[in-house]
Formats: sequence, structure tokens, C-alpha cells
Amino acid sequence: MTGALQVVASSSICMLQDLGRYGQQRYGVPVSGALDTVSLRIANAVVGNPDGSAALEMFYRGPTLEVAAGSVRVAAIGAALEVIAAGGAGRTVPAGQSVRLARGDRLTVGPCDTTLVAYLAVEGGFALPGDLGSLSTFARAGLGGIDGRPLKKGDLLPLAAANVPARAERRAPKWDLAPPARVRVVFGPQDDHFADRARQTLVESAYTVSRQSDRMGMRLEGPVLEHAKGFNIVSDGTAPGSIQVPGNGLPIVLLADRPTTGGYPKIATVASADVPALGRLRPGATIGFEAVGVEDAEAARRELEARLAALRTGLETIRRSR
Amino acid sequence: MSALRDGTILRAFDARVAARFGSLPEERVSDPQVRLLSNGDTALAVEFGERIDRATSERVLALHDRLARAALAGVVELLPTFRSLMVHYDPLRTSRAELARRIEPLLAGLEAVQPATRRWTIPVCYDPAFALDLDEVAARTGLTPAEVVEHHSTTTYHVYMIGFLPGYPYMGDLPARLALPRRENPRTQVAAGSVAIATTLSAVYTLQSPGGWHILGRTPASLWSRRRNPPAVLAPGDKVRFAPIRMDEFERLAKRAEAGELELEAWDA
Repeated sequence: MTGALQVVASSSICMLQDLGRYGQQRYGVPVSGALDTVSLRIANAVVGNPDGSAALEMFYRGPTLEVAAGSVRVAAIGAALEVIAAGGAGRTVPAGQSVRLARGDRLTVGPCDTTLVAYLAVEGGFALPGDLGSLSTFARAGLGGIDGRPLKKGDLLPLAAANVPARAERRAPKWDLAPPARVRVVFGPQDDHFADRARQTLVESAYTVSRQSDRMGMRLEGPVLEHAKGFNIVSDGTAPGSIQVPGNGLPIVLLADRPTTGGYPKIATVASADVPALGRLRPGATIGFEAVGVEDAEAARRELEARLAALRTGLETIRRSR
Repeated sequence: MSALRDGTILRAFDARVAARFGSLPEERVSDPQVRLLSNGDTALAVEFGERIDRATSERVLALHDRLARAALAGVVELLPTFRSLMVHYDPLRTSRAELARRIEPLLAGLEAVQPATRRWTIPVCYDPAFALDLDEVAARTGLTPAEVVEHHSTTTYHVYMIGFLPGYPYMGDLPARLALPRRENPRTQVAAGSVAIATTLSAVYTLQSPGGWHILGRTPASLWSRRRNPPAVLAPGDKVRFAPIRMDEFERLAKRAEAGELELEAWDA
């Protein structure tokens, strides 16, 4: 018997995302995946999924979903869950805590506490085929998710587990989702294409996240980074967190849906440990940068992974489910 | 062998092209300084130069071939570009220092690497209905539209890289006569299949997309499909020729493509 979550009211954009579609960049296919992979992984940990299970990524507030399955266990990160039982009683389940819902129950996620995005993971994940090895939605090429597009009212999200056993629910230990005061960057690969003071400007200035930002890139407003050799380069590869600077001198930090190649010089690259936090920043937020060496960035990533591993083993048991 | 599983129309053309491939001059590989450039802690670019030229590309592709075979621990994927090989890696399984140590010995003697080359013939209809910029390109280059088509379709292109859109091939080099800067006013919508030129390059829009290149025609063949793996027909290092077709042929092939029955096939020189 199969089960599903049905979208009964849509919201702002909501898409299925996992940890990304790797192995296709040389064919021009962006990696995509969750903007905030840390929140995705925590949500998965709370419901007992592997790190890379696909979850719903939603901006500010999620859709209303109805359980069309025997039972389902879900957890949200970044926002609390509002649950309306089939009988009509409502309750709030805090972010980071799992809950088991029965057929006919409705849930909605949000609004987000402080972040731009929230994630909803379901135990067992979604029973969808994905494209090219990933469920991540990349709408521009119609990849992943449901028919390669964001969710809409009436969609049925098939569940891998149509029933989940009752057990003690779990809660993630406290995890600070506040972005770092200064995001760590490694200079290069094209910092030599900029005027001498540009590197200094980048790490000494406060930038504001622009409303023009999207899953492809976070556009920043603030002091201009002056080019020294023009703003066109012969295109080369991009990385998650690449800070490219087009002709107007304003940096764009490339995010999950980044094009695989680009023709603007890249002054620096955000350390992989800090890339997930970028996905949490709302338009209007302030961001600053700090330069580190690549070995420091590698160490920061190991530290992040150690904290996530500790979180998995340190999940708290809260109470018997109904 | 046939370039189109569909039929025979291009066989004679293939033979002609094959003859030309046989007489391509050997590329001499120069020896510019190679730079290893960090892209944070998850990617390392091995840069062979800062220009678009075949010698640089051949070295990039040779290293790509070597690294793909070497299957170094922690390397997630490889992305050849015009001038560098992007090595995406998992910093938990390797490090920049470790990768550099392993890559450096592989940089010697790249000229000896001969990656297998796939060759393709792509049918293109240069009918005015599709060739939105053919007259303008002709006017700006001082050629007739027929001469523009002749130049464009008698060139053997090298696929430098795939980027911009999924499956979008950057191919060169155009005959110098056809080199024009990008359009000053990019279009907000370019139809999928549009064959276009800009600077020293030609490309095919694999998806409907905004675009600033000059459109010379349209191919009925789909160079991108999410149902294939790999999803793109072309890969860096492939060689491509465009074969002019008439509108009636375009319509016939487009119907077959829609039915999933038109598959381009690589052929040997």
C-alpha cells in the first residue's frame, strides 16, 4: 500500500531538494540541492533518514499538506510545524522535533523563525524516481522533484513508507542557525584580476543581501570591488560559494543552482563549512567576510562534520508518540 | 557509419567530412606554465592558459582523460573548460595539498595523451524562418547569406566545453570572417535548437533560454534530454560538423525527434 502527502494549499516556492546532483557538471548540469545542507541534514537525522534524503525546501513558509497515508513521521528545521489533527485539534511542534501524523492530519511549516528557508523531512523519504541520480529540483531544465518543478496545489508526494511505527519522538540538540558574523573565504581563483585594494574591501566591508538573490546566486550590495584587468575572463569552472564580480563591481556568491561555468572573475570562494549558512540569509541581511587559508577552510569543514556526527548520536528522546 | 540512426540523408556528407578529418593538421602543444588555483576547499582548477585555443584545450582534455582514469580518492567530478580542468573534490576524503601532490606528476607528457575523439554531424535548417540573424550577420561581415551558411557549415568544430545551459556546447573556431561580438540586445527568449554564433564560437541552445548570440538556424535534433544518461549528446573534445537541411527535411526530422526516434550517433573518422 502506498501513501502520500497531498498539497492542499500552496505557499511561496517549495521544492524537493537533496544534497545535489553530482557527476553531470561537465555536461553543464548544475549541482542544485538544498541551499542550507546543514538544516537538511539535521531534519533527516531527526526522522532517522540518511543525510542525503530529499526533503521539502520552502522559503519563509511552507504549503499545507494533508497526510494521505496510514501514518507518517516528519520533522522541520528552521520553523515550527503547525499540525491540525483530522479531528480539528491544532498544536505546534517546535522546529527540530519529530512528530507522527495519521491519515487526514494536516500540517504546515512556518513562518521561518529567523532564516530564509526551512526544511521538512519525512521518515523514509519520498518515492520518486528523480533525474540523473538525484531528486533535487532544477526547474530550468525540468530535473528532479515532481515533474522537475516546484510543488503546486493538488500534488501528491508519494512516500517510501506508507506507515511508520509509533516510537518515542526525537529532538535535535540545540544548534545555532545564526549565520557567522564573518563568513570565511579563501581568496582566488582570480583575485589577481582585481585592484590591490579590492581584497581588502571585500574583507573589511559590510554587504547587504539583495532582493535580486535566488537559488543561483546571492547578490550583494555594498562597496564596489574594482577590477584591474576588465570584468570578462575566458570562462572557467565555478564552485559552491564562488564570489564572482561582474562589471558593476558588486559581488555575487554562487549558490546551489550556480551555472557550472562562468565568465566573470572570482575574487574568492566561501569555505564549504560556511556555504550552508548563506542559504539562511534573507534579503536585507548584512554579511561580512574573513579571509582564511585553504587548510583552515578544510579544518573548518572537518569540524562542522564532527558536530553533525555528534548531533546524530546526541538526538534526544522526548516522549512516546500516540 | 551513419550519423543519424534515422536515415541515410547524411551519409554522403559524412564521407566528405571524414575525408577532411583525415587531413587535419596535428596540433602542436606548447608548454605554458600550469597554475593550480584553489576554488575554496572543494575545487581546484588546473589552469593551462587564459585563452581560447585548441592547444590549451587539448592539454585540458588530456589531463581530464588522465585524471578520469586515475580515479584519485576524494575527486568528486571533473569539468573541462576552455583553459582549465576543474577538479571538484570532497575535502573530507582528500585535501588541496594531497590533490596537488597527486596531480603534479600527471602534468608531464600530456601531449602523448590521445583521448578518443567522437565526431558528430548535426543537421541544421538555415531557413529564414529560423535564421533570425542571418541577414544581419551577412551585412556585418560583408558576405551573402549563402556564404555565411557555407562558412558555418563547412567548418569542423571542436567542443571546448559544455556550460551556460545544460548540454550547451561552446564550439570553435569559427572562420575569422564570421567573428562578431555578441548582440548588443540579448533576446529574452531563444528557441531550443537554435544554432548561433558569437565571437570565435558557435553553439546550440539546448533549452529555451535568454541569449545574446546571433542565430543562424535551427537543428531538429535534441542535444539534451533528462531521460538520457549522460543527458547531453556532446561532450568536451568532440568534433562537430553542421549539415544544411531544407525545411521539409527539418519538419520530417523534428517529428521523429519528438517521437524520440531521432538519435544522433557519433562516428569514427
